[in-house]
Amino acid sequence: MAKSVQSVLRAASMLRLMAAEVEPVTLKDVATGLGLAKATAHGLLQTLVEVGFVRQDEAGRYLISADLPELHSDQLDLNELRSIGLNWTDALAARTGESARLAAFRDGAMVVAHHVFRSRPTRQRLQIGSALPVHATALGRVLLAFDPGAARSIQGRELERFTSRTITDRTRLMAGLPAVREQGWSFTLGEDEPGLAAIAAPVRDRGGYVIAAVEVHGSADDVCERRDQPRAEHVAEVVRAARRISALVGREGRSP
Amino acid sequence: MMTSGFVASIDQGTTSTRCVVFDAHGRMVALSQQEHRQFYPQPGWVEHDAAEIWELVRVLLPEAIRDAGIDPSQVSALGITNQRETAVVWDRHTGKPVHRAIVWQDTRTSGLLPRYAAQAAFITDRTGLPLSNYSSAPKLRWLFDHHPELAGPARAGDLLFGTMDSWLVWNLTGGVAGGRHVTDVTNASRTMLMNLDTLDWDEDLLAIFGLPRQLLPEIVPSICDVGTVADPVPGLRVTALIGDQQASLFGQTTLDAGEAKCTFGTGSFLLFNTGTQPVRTDGGLITTVAHQQQGQPAVYALEGSMAVAGALVKWCRDNLGLIRSVAEIETQASTVTDNGGCYIVPAFAGLYAPHWDSNARGLIVGLTGFVTKGHLCRAVLESTAWQTRDVVEAMNRHAPVPVSRLMVDGGMTADNLLMQILSDALNVPVLRPMVAETVALGAAYAAGIGAGVWPDRRALRQHWHLAGEWTPNWNDRDRETACAGWQHAVDAAIYWGRRTGDEV
Repeated sequence: MAKSVQSVLRAASMLRLMAAEVEPVTLKDVATGLGLAKATAHGLLQTLVEVGFVRQDEAGRYLISADLPELHSDQLDLNELRSIGLNWTDALAARTGESARLAAFRDGAMVVAHHVFRSRPTRQRLQIGSALPVHATALGRVLLAFDPGAARSIQGRELERFTSRTITDRTRLMAGLPAVREQGWSFTLGEDEPGLAAIAAPVRDRGGYVIAAVEVHGSADDVCERRDQPRAEHVAEVVRAARRISALVGREGRSP
Repeated sequence: MMTSGFVASIDQGTTSTRCVVFDAHGRMVALSQQEHRQFYPQPGWVEHDAAEIWELVRVLLPEAIRDAGIDPSQVSALGITNQRETAVVWDRHTGKPVHRAIVWQDTRTSGLLPRYAAQAAFITDRTGLPLSNYSSAPKLRWLFDHHPELAGPARAGDLLFGTMDSWLVWNLTGGVAGGRHVTDVTNASRTMLMNLDTLDWDEDLLAIFGLPRQLLPEIVPSICDVGTVADPVPGLRVTALIGDQQASLFGQTTLDAGEAKCTFGTGSFLLFNTGTQPVRTDGGLITTVAHQQQGQPAVYALEGSMAVAGALVKWCRDNLGLIRSVAEIETQASTVTDNGGCYIVPAFAGLYAPHWDSNARGLIVGLTGFVTKGHLCRAVLESTAWQTRDVVEAMNRHAPVPVSRLMVDGGMTADNLLMQILSDALNVPVLRPMVAETVALGAAYAAGIGAGVWPDRRALRQHWHLAGEWTPNWNDRDRETACAGWQHAVDAAIYWGRRTGDEV
């Protein structure tokens, strides 16, 4: 395979990001979503406008031009995502001893694409296909940080409280996202269920667009090393699994 | 100090070759994979280029070790597992294959089988195999019939035959410069040339198929000191050779009599461990060697082979364009709640277990104006579940205890809907272990035992973890009604094959 040109990959990811949007996006949305400097993102966007793939509205926001309608339905199938992520999600569960899940944002909800039981002889039920709360899970925290569609889904809606630790204040929730973008992973403790902790990291396509998140979750005693801090080895395993699945998405999945 | 205890395996499969590295806990740390070309020179023929496959192994093995972030010296052992029955013949002086490998799915020997009809019962008694075009011996006979120029060199000992395990080991251990020409008991048990009781080549069978013994590799236990790699990872010890389905049985740690597993790949294979005694059936199932460790008695299994499982899904993608990716079959099938009365019998190369009818041909039945793409996709998935049910029923007729749960593995276990339908059709729980790559894992386990990474087979049990479980949802009446529809469709496929067979 010929070596890919990075700027083309990035431009393709921008198109994908915009294709997934209902509303036009700002330069900041694009730069944040793809983890690029604003100047870099701006240069690429202007080129896309020049070639007619993208246009700008009156407010200067960007949207896909009418010439590229087919991109609107070109999201990676969740069953395909599971098939691609199967091996490394298994390996993540095996290496941490905790339950592993792979989830993506589809049609207004975060859906579990794959779920692997934890290595304990306890009764567990497969959660594939079920929806998870975006605001109260580590998986959701990753998608909120990188996927504008997920971020918009919690706007103008009351955030349900599951435990005393659930963050129901939108401003406070958003304030935690820059740290997730910065470190490349998220951590939640007891926000969806008391005593459960989780660590998640983004799965990206070849251009860097975040298409899913992968996590381990388990009892706080197992997932945390000190009080309220995730175990460093677990974080490394999650980030590594996310990177390996991302590499496979780039190779096997339909490229952006 | 660098940790050791890593074990590598080569899984030489029908469509691709993978090299996988596992740590001492049996957890996968790296996987490299590459597909090879499939040649279909005539209807029913399937061939591989063995030289291409060897070149892939040369690239993939070092790549997997590199990707694991370890030094080759940290890898304690290498195990090799392979597509079985696929026959390669090569020149021991040039190291080059003299013909494309004839793949297990290939049906070119159908016309040759009637020649052996009178000896069919004798062959089955000696080998545990039904007379079919699946085994290696008829493929070899075909090769010599159609290439008479090979007979002389074969008798002179200039040619070597092997299944993919033999071909790879010979190349890995030096090739023309002293490569070892061996195969293991599990692979040998699928050639139709090995005596199932003596575990050695059988002179009567060699005479029946007219094959010279000097062509054949030495048969060794599955777990033993096979040799040392000369290229591409010099010094690496090969301590296991084992056929892919037997490897998966080992990888699932279904090590005791009475345990069963089913692997869903291109084809689908259900193996039932019968312990140190071979169990003979009325011909619906294969009696085969499960594994043998050096110095210990062989362990046997009953096997039900289904030729077409994942291959049907790929056919829908490649030949019909019904779906864009294999995984999309589940998306489409999920748009409906049942098959809409439609059944698909994928008898592309006849029907394997438990029907063994090489004339049967595939069909799609029950079509009405109501049937949609979703129903067709659902019927595709159901065909794999119903075929599995037919095999389980046949197992239950011969086994002392019925199958009460099924361990599954293989690429198709990523299909959540298929796993649910399977549990519904069988009416037993379906369990997936945490390592879906059980074929590669089984070869690594066998190699690790051979090299002393793990003390014995029991030690492997603690590595087995449940990754997912599906339990039956259908009521008995729905299940029996749907099953009756499937049986009717199978009868139609067999009937159709007889009719077209008469006309030819």
